[in-house]
Amino acid sequence: MSARERILERLRSVPVVPLPEPDLGAFQADPAAVSTRSSRTARIERFCERMNFWHGQVIRVTRRNWAASLRDLCADRGLRSLVHGQVTEFADELRAAGLPGLRVFDRPVDSWKAELFAEVDAGLTSTRGAIAETGTLIIWPDEREPRLLSLVPPIHFALLDADRIHDSLPEAMREQGWAAAMPANALLVSGPSKTADIQVTLAYGAHGPKELIVLLIVDEEEAR
Amino acid sequence: MSARPLKFVPASEFRARAAAAVADPQLRQSFRRAMDFLIERRAAQFPDAEVLDRQRRLAEQIRQYTLARLPDLLEQLERRLVDNGIQVHWAETAEEACTVIIDIARRHSAKLIVKGKSMVSEEVELNHALAAVGIDALESDMGEYIVQLDGEKPSHIIMPAIHKTREEIARLFADKVPGAAYTESVDELIGIGRAVLREKFISARIGLSGVNFAVAETGTLCLVENEGNGRMCTTVPDVHIAITGIEKVVEKLEHVPPLFGLLTRSATGQAITTYFNMISGPRRAGELDGPREVHLVLVDNGRTQAYADAQLRATLQCIRCGACMNHCPVYTRIGGHAYGTTYPGPIGGIVSPHLLGLAATHFMPTASSLCGACSEVCPVRIPIPDLLIRLRGEAQHDALHGHQPLLGQGAARNPLLDLVWTAWAVLYTHPQLHRAFLWLATRLRWLTPPRQSGWTASRTPLKPAARTLHEHMTSRRR
Repeated sequence: MSARERILERLRSVPVVPLPEPDLGAFQADPAAVSTRSSRTARIERFCERMNFWHGQVIRVTRRNWAASLRDLCADRGLRSLVHGQVTEFADELRAAGLPGLRVFDRPVDSWKAELFAEVDAGLTSTRGAIAETGTLIIWPDEREPRLLSLVPPIHFALLDADRIHDSLPEAMREQGWAAAMPANALLVSGPSKTADIQVTLAYGAHGPKELIVLLIVDEEEAR
Repeated sequence: MSARPLKFVPASEFRARAAAAVADPQLRQSFRRAMDFLIERRAAQFPDAEVLDRQRRLAEQIRQYTLARLPDLLEQLERRLVDNGIQVHWAETAEEACTVIIDIARRHSAKLIVKGKSMVSEEVELNHALAAVGIDALESDMGEYIVQLDGEKPSHIIMPAIHKTREEIARLFADKVPGAAYTESVDELIGIGRAVLREKFISARIGLSGVNFAVAETGTLCLVENEGNGRMCTTVPDVHIAITGIEKVVEKLEHVPPLFGLLTRSATGQAITTYFNMISGPRRAGELDGPREVHLVLVDNGRTQAYADAQLRATLQCIRCGACMNHCPVYTRIGGHAYGTTYPGPIGGIVSPHLLGLAATHFMPTASSLCGACSEVCPVRIPIPDLLIRLRGEAQHDALHGHQPLLGQGAARNPLLDLVWTAWAVLYTHPQLHRAFLWLATRLRWLTPPRQSGWTASRTPLKPAARTLHEHMTSRRR
């Protein structure tokens, strides 16, 4: 008999009374969590406040000027290179905005791991949405936007559409239908990488990005 | 560099280590400060006691519901994982778990495994087993990296290097990390660790991680972390091996948020961690990164023993937040190393006897004042003091009727103590004998020794009164 069979047999030999399925409503009706659907403005405000709390920076941009804003941010920080995925819309707009040092993550990482770790200043990714309650980005890497874009470069720029901010994680899971089709890797990201392992003193940039900058795409009137 | 195995821990060594820890002001201060910090941070996350109570009840229900269906859910999890392209291995013992991992490492001719935080890998002494066959295992969680560099084990399940001061870590890095200058700046120290470990993420063939939740419905492995080393270990190397206990399964994805929300807030007082990493398979066709192979090792290692008993099963509800340790007056004073086991503190007291047997761990359930702080903060409402009392008993006597004996059942049995209690029972069930005994005891009270073994270590000696209560009552009635 294999280890698997022995373990399962031991578990099955125990008489256990089945229990009813837990009522998750009890958790979601939590008044401290954002329970009823809040307004778009409230969600944006809350997301920004929580993201700032995690040391993530949020910059309001519009669909028209985001690439120019990104160019200015990169120039301010003296960044020489920015890597992004094979998202055609991005590539065109970034080129049009005249960003220097653009690189596309367009070949398997195996052939340029060391280069990616050593030579890239910043990474740009899109997001699948965000969670207001905790100030969290939802990122689903795929064949166009690999996982390491949001992990290896010291600065991570994330494009977030304000229309896609959900109140809570359970709501995002439900509305986006996660359980039906999970990607190979799905991520929740709340701020830059950090650690408090040395004498409970908080330090940023433990292994991942030292800075997380969210480019929040809002309507023209909200940007002012 | 790998940690020493600590399989058998005689109670006398625990007492000696605990005494040494209590006498170490530096260690006491490190723990007191860190635990106070964590207690405060947790409390700030739960301003409303009623809401917290409701959330804890739900988390308890989810865990109990899951455990009630454990074998079915494990099979469902396995099916989904296999559908997703993840290879599943089962291990009954610590040795089997290590063998599975060594076999995978050999197949890939791996000389180095980078590890994300995994208490189960500590529990099965994986680093030691790998070192024995010439494979380096490098811890990449900053705290774990620090304790490994110093040849130690973690002293806390969430904050492994909590017993070390900044100055000690500064000295350690300057001595052990090639090219590192002495610095007491935390940012610079973290920078040194970051630089060393980034090189290793690139060169390692295999990355290893634990699992916080394994979702049966979707075949997803969830990892909770702040540093990003977990993402590195599970993304950069060619092969990712996850190792976890069989109790970590949940049925549905929607069961995760309530548990995850309580886990991070109970552990470090964070509403959420920086990263929540959900892995549902290896690199898919067309993807440009991610591991080409993903393995999950499901470890029993004594968990089925806890499962077999209706009361002890609650042990498996644990989501490893460490809040019970943070709030434990004993843990706070003696620190994690005094216990000598992978899991210290209250959770260690109830889980270690199943992993290592009562012969090696019977002292652990006794290292508690039974104040109940642990169960009050436990996010899944494990009645820890009840389980500690139960295990104290199991260490003293044979298995009760209808119960399977536990590993090391009756290991702490003391023939002299048995005799004392038998005599006690006889005296108290025979009135004549009892009266005669009391008459004798009161008249011979001058014979009671002033030093009475453990009792007088911190108490005044026991001495019978000059007259019995019966005698007092009789004289009052006259």
